[in-house]
Amino acid sequence: MLEIKNLHANINGKEILKGINLTVKPGEVHAIMGPNGSGKSTLSSVLAGNPAYVVTEGEVTFNGKNLLELSPEDRSREGLFLSFQYPVEIPGVSMVNFMRTAVNEHRKYKGLEPMSASDFLKLMREKKELVELDNKLANRSVNEGFSGGEKKRNEIFQMAMLEPRLSILDETDSGLDIDALRIVASGVNKLKSNDNASIVITHYQRLLDYIVPDFVHVLYKGRIVKSAGRELALELEEKGYDWIKKELGE
Amino acid sequence: MEIEQSYIDIYREFHEELKSHSAEVMNQGRDAAFDQFVASGFPTQRLEAYRYTDVRSCFAADYGMNLRRVPCLLSPSELVKCNVPGINSHLFFVVNDSFLSDTSLPLSRDMEELMEKGVLWGSLKEHAEKYPDLVARYYGKAVGAKMDGLTSFNTAFAQDGFFLYVPKNVVVEKPVQLINVMHANADMMANSRNLIILEEGASAKFLVCAHTMDKLNFLCNRVTEVFVGKNASYEQYKLEQTNYTMTNFGSLFVKQEEGSHVVINDSTLHNGFTRNTIRVDLDGEHAETLLCGMAIGDREEHIDNTTYINHNVPNCHSRELYKYVVDDSSVGVFAGRVLVKEGAQKTEAYQSCKNICMTKEAHVYSKPQLEIYADDVKCSHGATTGQMDETALFYMRARGISEKEAKMLLMLAFMDDVIEKISVEALRNKIRLLVEKRFRGELAKCSGCVICKE
Repeated sequence: MLEIKNLHANINGKEILKGINLTVKPGEVHAIMGPNGSGKSTLSSVLAGNPAYVVTEGEVTFNGKNLLELSPEDRSREGLFLSFQYPVEIPGVSMVNFMRTAVNEHRKYKGLEPMSASDFLKLMREKKELVELDNKLANRSVNEGFSGGEKKRNEIFQMAMLEPRLSILDETDSGLDIDALRIVASGVNKLKSNDNASIVITHYQRLLDYIVPDFVHVLYKGRIVKSAGRELALELEEKGYDWIKKELGE
Repeated sequence: MEIEQSYIDIYREFHEELKSHSAEVMNQGRDAAFDQFVASGFPTQRLEAYRYTDVRSCFAADYGMNLRRVPCLLSPSELVKCNVPGINSHLFFVVNDSFLSDTSLPLSRDMEELMEKGVLWGSLKEHAEKYPDLVARYYGKAVGAKMDGLTSFNTAFAQDGFFLYVPKNVVVEKPVQLINVMHANADMMANSRNLIILEEGASAKFLVCAHTMDKLNFLCNRVTEVFVGKNASYEQYKLEQTNYTMTNFGSLFVKQEEGSHVVINDSTLHNGFTRNTIRVDLDGEHAETLLCGMAIGDREEHIDNTTYINHNVPNCHSRELYKYVVDDSSVGVFAGRVLVKEGAQKTEAYQSCKNICMTKEAHVYSKPQLEIYADDVKCSHGATTGQMDETALFYMRARGISEKEAKMLLMLAFMDDVIEKISVEALRNKIRLLVEKRFRGELAKCSGCVICKE
């Protein structure tokens, strides 16, 4: 589904990603962990097509297409979804309008007719329940005045609406209390199927108690330095990242 | 003075004829205004109030003037199509600078009722002839004795325009809509004059639309005086949807008495070269005023909104909100002066101007000016000019929304708080739609205005 080969990327001339290799197959959940500044969020931004980052080397294929050639909107329409670490507030654009535009652009890309207003509202109602999103929030401007937890739930709600094939959850657990974490994780789990996959980026093992990964990768200084099964997350929790640094001879 | 000279010559040669086609009340101050114009000329960029807008050179082109009042061949029924759809209004037209007398259409029942209550509306010239005392009591009084070049020029040359008089405690529920249409077979200049009087406790909403029917070079220099009596309520919405060959100067003078309430909202969606000057005098305590406006510019469009709010007495409240989105190499200008006179304590005055430049070539000059001579007041101003929010743009694109659509949604959202302040629901919805179409590039010229379609 996703194949990243030797990916290098810069921001403002500073190299952050220094040769990432990663393969994700349908039905898999990958966790990417790593200390601050290792390049986790850069990786998710580059995959989503954030124009602030420049890819200098390497290739990424997504469903057989060259991902790096696609605009951010086409990546989304191809089924890539990024749950933002810091969801953006957009005053004056209502959630309903925002989501309807997004859903219909996805449909247009697939050659489908726009959704009728009543079908759309029905879909919204259904998906909102998944993350227990308050009805009132849907009528407000996108993320404006939402609490940290509401913003993250709103990300998962959008994910449910767009039904991506690959979702990248960038620190979705940060700023969440334990109840919100459970709601968000259960939303993600309900959306899981054999055809879609997720990359979960996190600092802590905590989220991985709820979203169980098939693979755990450690990102350090712009490279994946260690990959293993879910037991690696527990080991990291216990020993910290210094252990990895020692292994690397630092 | 070479630009002015041709107009000076016209006046000297034709002033008798010009006067004979206007009303005595309007002629009284004409020569004095002309003398002022001769002394000042058109405003130049050396004047602080016109620093970013070169008005004078707009008059260099050779425009025709209709001093002999050759009647327009349009019938009102042809123009009725110009009505903003869905707005149930009392509709009037000024074609170029003449009020279009509408004898072909029957008066509606509610129009008759209002006229029975003493409401007067129609041609300023005709009303100045019929009610000279009433018109003389107000005409030129909001403008004042000292005029700038545009206003003195208008006062010297204007022969007609729109007149509205709402007597004490009469409420005109439906908006009164005036459509200024430019229509000619050669380049043309129009100097029209409007006079609006609301007596104590009266209420009216006034919509003004500017349209052009021909792709000729047109210049309008319109002056409107508004008198809002004690506890009266007046709202004015102006919509400009003209084209690149239009030069539009509008000067609005508002005088507010005690406890009166005024809303002025100007939307410039398509234009050529526009300068709107608004001066509000708060002459009675507890008067309130809200000035807002939006301007959307592209190509070489130039939009200047210059406002003056004079807090002449204590306890008045004023707010201003202006927003611009300028694209290509268009230019936006906002200058807002708030003057709080000595002794005007407990004044509250807030001003905000926010702008987005879509390109490096687009410019906005925004100039807030507060002049305060009282010590117990609340005044603030804020002006920001920036680019579109890149993080919001990326967020929307990451959800599959195209860059173009995302920009459109963001610009529409940006303008929304100005649109929200339109109290006439049908107009608010219409403007929202027009703004959306404008940002989508679907609004070539007047949409919803059949006669303007090529």
